[in-house]
Amino acid sequence: MLSIENITHSIDVWLYGTFNPTAALLLESLIVGLCAITLFAVLGLVLVLMERKVSAYMQIRLGPNRVGPGGALQTVADTLKLAMKEGLTPDGADKFLFNLAPFMVIVVAMLILVPVAFAKGTQIWDINIGVLYISAVSSLSVIGILMAGWASNNKYSLLGAMRSGAQIVSYELSAGLSIISIVTLTGSLRISDIIDSQQDGWWLFKGHIPAMISFVIFIIAVTAETNRAPFDLAEAESELTAGFHTEYSGMKFALFFLAEYVNIFIVCAIAATLFLGGWMPLHIGHWTAFNHAMDYIPSSLWFIGKTFFLIFVIMWFRWTFPRLRIDQLLSLEWKYLLPLSLFNLLLMTLISIKGWHF
Amino acid sequence: MAFLRTYLSDIYHGARSLLKGMKLTGYYFTHRKEIITQQYPDNKAEMKLPERFRGEVVMLHDENNEHACTGCTACELACPNGTIKIITKIETSPDGKKKKALDTFIYHLELCTMCNLCIQACPTDAIKMAQNFEHSVYDRSQLTKNLNKPGSKIREGVE
Repeated sequence: MLSIENITHSIDVWLYGTFNPTAALLLESLIVGLCAITLFAVLGLVLVLMERKVSAYMQIRLGPNRVGPGGALQTVADTLKLAMKEGLTPDGADKFLFNLAPFMVIVVAMLILVPVAFAKGTQIWDINIGVLYISAVSSLSVIGILMAGWASNNKYSLLGAMRSGAQIVSYELSAGLSIISIVTLTGSLRISDIIDSQQDGWWLFKGHIPAMISFVIFIIAVTAETNRAPFDLAEAESELTAGFHTEYSGMKFALFFLAEYVNIFIVCAIAATLFLGGWMPLHIGHWTAFNHAMDYIPSSLWFIGKTFFLIFVIMWFRWTFPRLRIDQLLSLEWKYLLPLSLFNLLLMTLISIKGWHF
Repeated sequence: MAFLRTYLSDIYHGARSLLKGMKLTGYYFTHRKEIITQQYPDNKAEMKLPERFRGEVVMLHDENNEHACTGCTACELACPNGTIKIITKIETSPDGKKKKALDTFIYHLELCTMCNLCIQACPTDAIKMAQNFEHSVYDRSQLTKNLNKPGSKIREGVE
C-alpha cells in the first residue's frame, strides 16, 4: 500500500544502500530540511488564505476573490509583492539584532516541528522527551520577539515585545500543566507512545471531564502563546500599529508573518496529538467493524483534518472575541486558568492512579 | 463558600457569553446568503444603495426651471468646513418691492464631508443629498459646482 511511511522507508533504504552512512545521513538531513521549508511555504500560503476567507465569511464579507479562481492565488501574489519590497533597516536600530530576530523566530518554529508526527511512522525525530522538548522550545520564540522589539528602537515595538514576554511567561504555565495532565495518563513523554495509547479512543473522550477541561485550557493558552486575537496585545493594531514588527518590511516582515501561522499550525498539531490522537483514526472501544472502516482513511489525512479543525477553531476565536486588556489578560491566566488547571491536574492524577479512564 | 460561588458563576457566565458570540459568527460562517458585500464594478446595473447613502448635495429644480432656494444662507452657516458659498442679489419685483434672491449657489464637492447638516438647516427643502458617488475627475476645478441651473428662479410662494 502506498503510504508516506513506505515512501520514506524506501528512500532511506536506497540512500543507505547507495552511499556510505555519513553521506546518506547528510543527504537525509538535507531532504528533511527541504521538506520542512516547503511545508513552511505551503502552510504560509494556505493558512493566510484560509484566515482571510474565514474572517470574511464570519464578517458577512466575501474576502479575496479576484486573483485566481475564487481568490486562491491571492496569497501567492502577496508573497511576490513582499519578496520584491525593500527590507528597510531603520537608522537607530541595532542592525545585527534587528536582522537576526526574524530568523530567530522562524528557526524556533522549525525546531518545534521536529517531534511532530505527521502520519503513521512519519516523524523527523522520535525523541523520548518529545512533549518536554516542545514546551521548552516553544517558549524560546519570545526571545526572537523581544529581540525584534528591542532592536527596532521604537516605543511601539518595545511595548509590544514586553507585553508578549509577560503573556508567554504566564500562559506557558497553564499550557504546560494541561500537557502534564495528559502525560499523567500516558506515562510517557514520547510522542509516538502518546499516540499509541489512544488506539482505543482519544484522550479527550477517554479522560472524562478533566481531559476536556485541560483541552479547553490548552487551546486558550496556546492561542495566547501564539499572540493571536483575543490575546494579540503584542501587535494590537489599534494601539501599537503592529507591535514588535512595526519597523519590519519586505521579506523580514514576511518571516514574522510566516512564523505566526506556522506556530499556529504547530500548536494545533500538538493539541491534536495530545487530545485527539494525532494521526490515529477515530476508534471507539471494541467496535471492530467501525474501527476497520475508519482505518481506510489514510493517517496523514486524519492528522491534517484534526489540525485544520483546531486551526479553524482558533480562527473562529480571533474573529469573534474582542481583544483583552493587559490586566484582564493576566488576571485570566493567574486567577482563572492557573488555579483551574492545577485543580484539574489533581483530578487527572486521581483518575490515572485509580485507573478510572477507559 | 460565597467566594467560590461567585468565582464559578463568573466562569460560567463568561464561557456562556463567549459561546453566544461564537454561535453568531458560526451562523454567519455557515450561511453564505447573509453576505451583504456587493461586487461593485461588476454589478453597476443592479447595484442597490442604502436609502440614507449620501453622495453629493444637489438643488432640486422643477420642470419650469424653478427652485425653492431663498438665498437665506442657513446652509452656508451650518456647513462646518466652508463647502457652500451663496451669492445673493437684490431683485425688484414688478410692484416695486426689493427682495433678496439667490444669484449663485457655489458648492465645493472637494471640501464636502457629506455630513448632511446643510440639508437639515434648509428651511425650504431646496437642497438634498443625491446618491451618485463616482466623483473622480482629472482637474480639481471641476469639483466646484454651481448648483442652481442657469436662468432658474425661485418658485412662486416660497418665502
